[in-house]
Amino acid sequence: MKQPRPLVITGGKLVLADGIRPGGLRCETGRIVAIGDVTPQEGDAIVDAQGALIAPGLVDFGVFAVDKPAFHFGGITRAGLMPDQSPHLDHPARVRFAAQSGKPDFWVHPFAGATMRLEGESLAELALMRDAGARAVATGRRWIGDSGIMLRLLQYAAMLDLVVVAHAEDAGIVGSAVATSGLMATRLGLPSAPSEAEALAVARDIALAELAGARLHFRQITTKSALDLIRAAKQRGVKVTAGVTPAHFMLSDLAIKDFRTFARLSPPLREEADRVAVVEAIADGTIDVVTSGHDPRGPEDKRLPFADAEPGMAGAETLLAMVLTLVRDGAITMERAFDLVASKPAQLLGVQAGALVEGWEADIALIQPEKPWIVDSEKMAAAAGNTPFDKQPAQGRVTALWKGGVAVD
Amino acid sequence: MSDIPRSIKGMALMNDTPQNSPYTHYPASHYPAGGQAFPHRDLLGIGHLQTHQIHYLLDEAEQWVHLNRQPKKHNDALAGLTIINAFFENSTRTLLSFEIAGKRLGADVVNMQAAQSSVKKGETLIDTAVTLNAMRADAIVIRHGSSGAVALIADKVDCPVLNAGDGQHEHPTQALLDALALRTKLRERGREEFNGLEVVICGDILHSRVARSNALCLTALGAKVRFCAPPALMPEGAGEMGVDVFHDFDAALDGAEVVMMLRLQNERMKGQFIPSPREYRHLFGLTEKRLERARDDAIIMHPGPMNRGVEIDSNVADLAGRSIITDQVEMGVAIRMACLDVLTRRSRGVPGWDAQAQKGQWV
Repeated sequence: MKQPRPLVITGGKLVLADGIRPGGLRCETGRIVAIGDVTPQEGDAIVDAQGALIAPGLVDFGVFAVDKPAFHFGGITRAGLMPDQSPHLDHPARVRFAAQSGKPDFWVHPFAGATMRLEGESLAELALMRDAGARAVATGRRWIGDSGIMLRLLQYAAMLDLVVVAHAEDAGIVGSAVATSGLMATRLGLPSAPSEAEALAVARDIALAELAGARLHFRQITTKSALDLIRAAKQRGVKVTAGVTPAHFMLSDLAIKDFRTFARLSPPLREEADRVAVVEAIADGTIDVVTSGHDPRGPEDKRLPFADAEPGMAGAETLLAMVLTLVRDGAITMERAFDLVASKPAQLLGVQAGALVEGWEADIALIQPEKPWIVDSEKMAAAAGNTPFDKQPAQGRVTALWKGGVAVD
Repeated sequence: MSDIPRSIKGMALMNDTPQNSPYTHYPASHYPAGGQAFPHRDLLGIGHLQTHQIHYLLDEAEQWVHLNRQPKKHNDALAGLTIINAFFENSTRTLLSFEIAGKRLGADVVNMQAAQSSVKKGETLIDTAVTLNAMRADAIVIRHGSSGAVALIADKVDCPVLNAGDGQHEHPTQALLDALALRTKLRERGREEFNGLEVVICGDILHSRVARSNALCLTALGAKVRFCAPPALMPEGAGEMGVDVFHDFDAALDGAEVVMMLRLQNERMKGQFIPSPREYRHLFGLTEKRLERARDDAIIMHPGPMNRGVEIDSNVADLAGRSIITDQVEMGVAIRMACLDVLTRRSRGVPGWDAQAQKGQWV
């Protein structure tokens, strides 16, 4: 749907790359045409932001489901879709279909499955999938165990100029673990693996990416030792980036007590020292992206004994509020918050989005960063309410959202 | 131990400093009145119990030990009640023990074994729980291969639930029967309390719910527990549970007053954890020679089933006056009778245990 008439938003605070400034913007035929001091013209639809933040629509880098109500609730206008779908995104036709699946009011940027059926054995048709709309290559929920295959994948993706999105857990150490080794896992009697499984996977993949000259992105980095490796690699000039989900900077493995399966995640929640290290890494720029990892799971996947339940959380609705927690705690600035959830993910995808720029798609969110609300798993917009933040108070809500200049209900 | 967060549910127990515990053996009258003595609806784990509640269950079991030694072993306390033993994991000993316990108390006992159940047909655990609940059982005894599964079912049913072992989490009645067997033996020798008792638990700690429940129970009662296992079979964080960790069995045995051996749970192992049973015996088998490192009269325990010649030699397992392995089995029936009796008192309207006296509150 094309934008029927021009839109003017006034009286807000513009979230721009170089800071937050009072002002407004004007959009026409789906694009931003003016930013700053705008004057409405005859026939424009006028919205008074009443001091709210005028921010770019969020770009969620690495979700598992196209769940529009949840994304819209969270102010997300685009998402990178993981290839772990049914059927897998390992074929050009499926990628093409997925790329269209959210339009017009939500844009899906599929990640091509790196290997057939995501089994980590034979490379999928990456170039054909790129030309069908894939914006990245992903290993899926699993780590590619064979270093030779991983190297060839990275070399091939480098040739195609696609970023490789990797899962960082050494599968041999992890086995069937569902928790991080430590007091909690031992008390609860859960199969567990040491957190070093992540650093091992990261060390290998950084070495291979360096060798291949590839762009490598770790979808979730959750431990201090792995973050140290990434920090050092970045200083060396390796093209490596890292993401994390709010669960790993908000929660430690204490959240799995009473076998709460909503806190069953992959990678599993870590001990408190690692949580603190994640916050520090977000603050110092080692972590580039915060993603929701949105993965709604109903009772058939979650009302099970902990080790039998599926991992994953419905995170789209709480993404913004949890990132704003970091702003209130003084870990990051407000501009940086939008860097983490909008502009940096858009850069990784190679799309013109995630920032307010004249000529770009008018993906705009009005945000009241202090607005209080309570997360309630029973009243969520998402397909399922599996949030580990259930009944927690949160601050920061999206009050209006436009995709390509068209208001989203 | 003081750095363990108090807020973690089920961990309160760890803060009852075992060494300084003032509790030894309570006369019955020293317990809180009526239902306050055991204010739990279910028995899901030792971690949920206070020290005096453990003592209470042990004391309650004594009468059943006595009854079980009579020619006529019957009491009609639970007459008319239905107890379902829902075992989602194979078991012979525990199931038999619970069945005998229920029958000696006059209850109608029904066994449901996983092999015969609709679990195999794809029914979810919650649906099975709802189904069992609809049968109006008065108590359900559950064993399941997944940690936390019993608590999940307990959440969905209206009657008391007894955990007969959930995954690698807890096996509370085993810990209670071990404590009772040990207490009986100690009393025989004129010792009234567990304070300072040096207990070694050796074997596959990683996969053992028995080790976890016993560590919680014994430390709560005042004993000092040592875990001994090869690194691959020792869970991380065991030291933070308030036990001492050993990988050298000889060192662990030094000065031990009780040696509890566990078997290798091969059915739970994914991949190789030890090179061979022969090598395991070489390092961790309780042989007569190795036993000499413990105190002269050290007590020998094993929750069964035993793999003779692997973790324990036959001549040690059968050592008269020292091995209480068969006593453990005997105490198992008495403890399970006590648990069934105590947990059904509310529904049976036992004076002091009815809803009125409980003020409708479960802890």
